Amino acid sequence: MHADPTGVLTGTHFLNGDQACCEGALAGGARFSAGYPITPSTEIVERFSKRIPTIGGVFIQMEDELAASIAIQGAVWAGAKAFTVTSGPGFSLMMEHIGLAAMTETPCVFVDVQRGGPSTGLPTLPAQGDMMQARFGSHGDYPCIALCPSSPQECFTLMVRAMNLAEEFRTPVFLMMDEVVGHMTERVQIPPAETIAVTPRKLTDKAPGEFRPYEDSEDLVPPMAHAGEGYQFHVTGLTHDERGYPSMTPATQAKLIRRLREKITRGMDRITQVEEDNVDGAEVVVVSYGITMRVAQRAIKLARAEGIAVGGMRLVTVWPFPEERIHALAGRVRALVIPELNMGQVALEVERCARGATQVIPVPHAGATVHDPQQILDAIRKGAGR
Amino acid sequence: MSTAETPTEMPLCEQAPGENPICENPVEQFLRTDRMPHIWCPGCGIGTTVNCFARALLKTGLDLRKVVVVSGIGCTGRVAGYVKLDSFHTTHGRAIPFATGLKLANPELTVVVYSGDGDLTSIGGNHLIHAARRNLDLKVICVNNLTYSMTGGQAAATTPEDSITTTSPYGAFEPAMNIPHLVAAAGATFVARWTTFHVAQTMKAMQRMLTRRGFSFLEVISPCPTLYQRRNQMGDGLDTMKHYKEVSVSNNNANLAEIGMTKSGQITVGNFLEIERPDYLEAMRAQLRNRLQERYIEVGGAPCQN
Amino acid sequence: MAKGTVAIKTERCKGCSFCVEFCPPKVLALSPVYNAKGYHPPQLIDPDKCTGCDLCGMYCPDFAIHGFRFPKAAAEPAPTVGAAA
Repeated sequence: MHADPTGVLTGTHFLNGDQACCEGALAGGARFSAGYPITPSTEIVERFSKRIPTIGGVFIQMEDELAASIAIQGAVWAGAKAFTVTSGPGFSLMMEHIGLAAMTETPCVFVDVQRGGPSTGLPTLPAQGDMMQARFGSHGDYPCIALCPSSPQECFTLMVRAMNLAEEFRTPVFLMMDEVVGHMTERVQIPPAETIAVTPRKLTDKAPGEFRPYEDSEDLVPPMAHAGEGYQFHVTGLTHDERGYPSMTPATQAKLIRRLREKITRGMDRITQVEEDNVDGAEVVVVSYGITMRVAQRAIKLARAEGIAVGGMRLVTVWPFPEERIHALAGRVRALVIPELNMGQVALEVERCARGATQVIPVPHAGATVHDPQQILDAIRKGAGR
Repeated sequence: MSTAETPTEMPLCEQAPGENPICENPVEQFLRTDRMPHIWCPGCGIGTTVNCFARALLKTGLDLRKVVVVSGIGCTGRVAGYVKLDSFHTTHGRAIPFATGLKLANPELTVVVYSGDGDLTSIGGNHLIHAARRNLDLKVICVNNLTYSMTGGQAAATTPEDSITTTSPYGAFEPAMNIPHLVAAAGATFVARWTTFHVAQTMKAMQRMLTRRGFSFLEVISPCPTLYQRRNQMGDGLDTMKHYKEVSVSNNNANLAEIGMTKSGQITVGNFLEIERPDYLEAMRAQLRNRLQERYIEVGGAPCQN
Repeated sequence: MAKGTVAIKTERCKGCSFCVEFCPPKVLALSPVYNAKGYHPPQLIDPDKCTGCDLCGMYCPDFAIHGFRFPKAAAEPAPTVGAAA
């Protein structure tokens, strides 16, 4: 299935990442958004509120992020594709409903335009400090898919992808932007609608009497029904059986939690997106994501000029973590360098996956600006033994 | 003293006596009978309100495929799990914003929010205020048992002063929230309060809510004999029902500022308010049509599907 | 001559007595027998006076009882209705 042309602004545009993200949502089929203003994400819903009335859909500005993050889920069960956007403090408030979406298998997208934290921190300045919160922020064990764009163009393409992955796996998906990517203005190419693949919602073809909302299916992703179609189904955040009824037993809990995890693990190949730059034969590989990848590219260029064989690995998908890729890489290099705009979050994952096979050098940064390429260059030199 | 009305139209058995005297209880078709018996305690009033709701739904003749119940968390929050309708048991306090998304993404749905006092007025108080302000077309049924029951009977925003609860062991001293006054001030266009003793009136209020447009709010005062009445030596569920009968005063024209709940004083009940003003969707459509003219693509039916 | 009667699902009953107390013609009483959960369900003690008004059904928090009217044509006396669940 391809995108509905009414939502696709085909052409070449000069947009910031927030605006491009909105266009990605529309191209990906989003026809409902609920939001609450928070810098630096607000431009996404500002644009959505302007665009959606002439496309056919609804934007509502809710009273807080708690409301926004569950209003989108109501809209999903009524049949819409929906998303919300926020930044650090709002992301913290949305955590309970991220768990609800994971538990009830409600396909929806949360965009987090990361800013400096903790607390109110740096509303207008960048960070990548929410990466672990995206992964583990809600209570309990649940799966997570998170994508990190490095440019406004990718804010468009990865938002479409996020909407698609949410539908394919019936799970909340995170688009982890940052203030720089959100506010940087670049050329954004929006292709014709017929070239944009859109994943339709997986809906049941069963009759109302036979439908079970959480029944076993081969890919572990049960087909949905929408409210108002006569299925008279029940959805609960409590541990539930295949009928959707609460069932608080060890067996039901184990079955449900394992399936939620397994459906993502089994889909790893379709989810994982990693870009490599001259990794073969490299002594050192810089592993980065989001805006930091662009600074790392400069450092890599400088290191190569010094004669160091350095490669780059860019995590477009951060969660689920490309564990095996990192492990394989670790066996072939002298060091992995991990620059990120936090005090070392993804670096911990890299370290875990390297399993001692190589030296892992984090390049932490407290945020408020991006790295100086020199900081990353120094780490590359250290890794190469120079 | 208040009186319980006798229903004016009684269910007729389709069978002649002797043939098959067991007509089905009208509530039965609305229940997930495979989940009975329910978890509510003996003498709890939540089930009584569900009877009223089922009978009200029947009388409205609404297409049940288009009626959705959304609950939050708590004893009343379990209603969503027992009604055989599309039903959502959401998070604590957030039934209203979930319902907001449902209603706006598919305006054809009749969306009922069925939850408790702690859920709707305390943790979810902000959403209650804003849904009323928007005059969003939701039918909010708030069963008020004056305490947090599911967690064992703690003091709530609705607990009357001097009440003993597990977290007010020497008596509550915060004034109890006057919910009808709050929602009316916030902009609700239908506001009523009854008790579980007033079954026919409760049913009629529900019937009215289900057939009108705009933010409609019904508070039903209900016993929690296990946790509230017991700790306050107020007897069991039946004693509480008799108490409601004794102290309730019906006054549709009551001054809402003066009807806050007290521990054992008068309970003012009635259909206090019904006014007309454009609901959220009407206001949204009118505004967008006015500004965008023919460029506006109106949402109707299930417009957000793609 | 009874105008109606009640149907009782005794196993759902939790013995709250709402139906007994608020029955306008007072035709119900709690039975001395126990159901499986140990509660005394109601029974119809004065069937002739039951109007089938269903107030018991409105009150019953456990969906265990309801009342219904016989069609006007029916002239038979109301049978007492026992356990249905």
